[in-house]
Amino acid sequence: MDPITLSRWQFGLTTVYHFLFVPLTLGLGWFVAYMQTRYYQTKDEIFHKMAKFWGKLFLINFAIGVVTGIVQEFQFGMNWSEYSRYVGDIFGAPLAIEALLAFFMESTFLGIWVFGEGKVPEKVHLAAIWLVAIGSNLSALWILLANGWMQHPVGYVINQVNGRAELVDFFALVGNPKGWLFFWHTIAAGMATASFLILGVSAYHLLRKQNVDLFKRSFQMAVLVGLIASVLVFLGGHTNGQYMYETQPMKFASIEAHWETSKPASFSILTIGDLSGKREVWSIRVPYILSFLACNNFTCEVRGVNDIQAEYAATYGPGDYIPLMVVTYWTFRFMMTIGIVMILLSAFFLWSLRKPIENAKWMKWVPWVIVLPYIANMSGWFLTEMGRQPWIVQGLLTVEKAVSPNLTTLDLLISLIGYVGVYGTLAGAMFYLMKKYAIAGPDATLNESVDVDVAPSDSVAQLVGSQD
Amino acid sequence: MSYEFLQILWFILIAVLWIGFFFLEGFDFGVGMLLPFLGKKDEERRAIINTIGSVWDGNEVWLLTAGGATFAAFPHWYATMFSGFYLALFLLLIGLIIRGVSFEYRSKNPDPKWRNRFDWMIAVGSFLPSILLGTAFANLVRGVPINANMTYTGNLFTLLNPFGLIGGLTMVSVFLLHGANFLTLKLDGDLHERVHALSKKLYIFAAVMVVLLAITTYIFTDITNKIGINPGITPIASVVVLLVTIYFINRKMEGWAFFSTGIHIVLIQITFFTLMFPRVMISSTNPAYSLTIYNASSSQYTLTVMSIIALIFVPIVLAYQGWTYYMFRKRISTEKKALVY
Repeated sequence: MDPITLSRWQFGLTTVYHFLFVPLTLGLGWFVAYMQTRYYQTKDEIFHKMAKFWGKLFLINFAIGVVTGIVQEFQFGMNWSEYSRYVGDIFGAPLAIEALLAFFMESTFLGIWVFGEGKVPEKVHLAAIWLVAIGSNLSALWILLANGWMQHPVGYVINQVNGRAELVDFFALVGNPKGWLFFWHTIAAGMATASFLILGVSAYHLLRKQNVDLFKRSFQMAVLVGLIASVLVFLGGHTNGQYMYETQPMKFASIEAHWETSKPASFSILTIGDLSGKREVWSIRVPYILSFLACNNFTCEVRGVNDIQAEYAATYGPGDYIPLMVVTYWTFRFMMTIGIVMILLSAFFLWSLRKPIENAKWMKWVPWVIVLPYIANMSGWFLTEMGRQPWIVQGLLTVEKAVSPNLTTLDLLISLIGYVGVYGTLAGAMFYLMKKYAIAGPDATLNESVDVDVAPSDSVAQLVGSQD
Repeated sequence: MSYEFLQILWFILIAVLWIGFFFLEGFDFGVGMLLPFLGKKDEERRAIINTIGSVWDGNEVWLLTAGGATFAAFPHWYATMFSGFYLALFLLLIGLIIRGVSFEYRSKNPDPKWRNRFDWMIAVGSFLPSILLGTAFANLVRGVPINANMTYTGNLFTLLNPFGLIGGLTMVSVFLLHGANFLTLKLDGDLHERVHALSKKLYIFAAVMVVLLAITTYIFTDITNKIGINPGITPIASVVVLLVTIYFINRKMEGWAFFSTGIHIVLIQITFFTLMFPRVMISSTNPAYSLTIYNASSSQYTLTVMSIIALIFVPIVLAYQGWTYYMFRKRISTEKKALVY
């Protein structure tokens, strides 16, 4: 295995892992801030319990998101030094701004929120959780603007003397539609992820008739937000797709397994390729739909993979410019199917709120909805990043030329195995705690200063047994 | 603003970020390393963690901002250093990861074994970055093999030379003392007395290491060519400040003791950055291959944009972070009901 393949795997694995935790942070922060605001306004103890309980799950998740984010910031220089030299003049700016604007904000105010209750004025404590939510979402904005630039470079020139890309228009970078579309799509996905977690955990407790009032309110809140967010994710995705067709036609054609340019273009429901994943063998298609996805018009022409490949070979020199289609094609279908299922599910939950839902027969299946947004989130990033291949910066630099030249296979094996080991262990600890606290419920969260002298099994029993 | 002015400005700004990081995270690394040795009971360990609980994460952002600012202002410095020190930085990241998660997770399960394991992870996760950053900075001043393409040609063991290791151990010793001095400010009761006694012992370790580092700097770096035998006021002051710290410790002038280890850290870092300037990565292969603020920097446009942003937001960040310290200025007792878990 060569360093470049290992670097790719490492970047992919660590990034996907990091993004397992990010969407929940982005969405759940707003929920907790809202709940605490309601408590501040009404002094109704139930909102206090709600904010504490969901806030605890927020913190368990947040911890891993933050520390794995540090790796992200360092990896560009560590594994992709030639990328960093080539784009640092542009790409470094949003990263530095993210740290200065967002990281300081979320970490400082998170400290105040966790340790400040009863120590700082109530208003300050409330402001702290809002600033945490704003800070984490601001962080998403800047990193997505950075990623947006990799997908659709703007506001730059290639310096002929030193051969690198240099920034000439900061406002083009900040106003890049690609970045803002990603932001829309990602923030909505974060809200949907948080909503579905709340739905699932609430359903678990409602089934057992524990803290019914609290979890009913949580459920109602999450249903409403979940429905709006899922629709926004869908619309954002559709708009993203159209912009992708304009700016990254190859990615667009590859996620649709659309080989030949056609007018109007049909949408593939199922395409079977050959073993190389680069030739179509057989497919089922719906006419006109792909044209609509590309340009909101049922009859426009949609360019196919073969045409674009020929054009790229002419522009950038001979080479293979087709992404791994089996990945882009299927991850897109996973993402879209789950997106639609999430809209339908939240609409159904909303409709069923007419009657007491805790008695519904299907309630026992609801905890499983928690996994849906996670699969969709992962799929979305797989297709976004792998659909850009072989480019690291669309049209400017390929991944192969971006890797650090000094790294050896041994270096990468050490770090890759190290990350997998540590990340795997942490995921285990995190999953254990999430489940424990989610199941133990809000009363256990409130009495958290559990005594260490008690034997472990007893104290867990105490935690669980103290529910009403 | 001229291009050269901006390049110097950003060198200073990045130096300030590193100095701020070492001053702030220096004591919470020290506290982390002392945790399993100092805290005998669970409440004591929790009290020790709570002294830094609300601030360590914000302190760590100084490092992230230093990294981000280096990327934005000196992409070649960022690229050469981060790829060159690959395995050292990998270990540093592992340290920061296990440490950060442990602060949050250690109290989430009452099992004493669970808690003890996470407490040790905090200690190891504080030790690794301290020794690695100390080693890295000593090597930055000493010079590392870099070829004409700005690529590092050594490996991890190139960094583990005697001077590098002295730098690493010095940083560990100074952070331990800085952390102990911070704890004497923040704790009370029996635990406070124990920290005070410990800081006297840690002082000896730190003083020996700092003097050793000062002497070996003359042997291993180009300080005599660059500055001459008389190093000037900053390095001398940094050693003197550390040497007088024992007076404050013995007199239980805790604020002064903490302040003086902090000032020592600031002065020693200023010395390091002065020795480097205007180089940012010194090549031991050929001085002509060194990266400097001139050949490693971003364009004038990017530096101008980043200067405006820094000018607006750095004061805001300093204000609210300073205010956090003010908010949580009280001492922390080990009484169970007063502890935040």
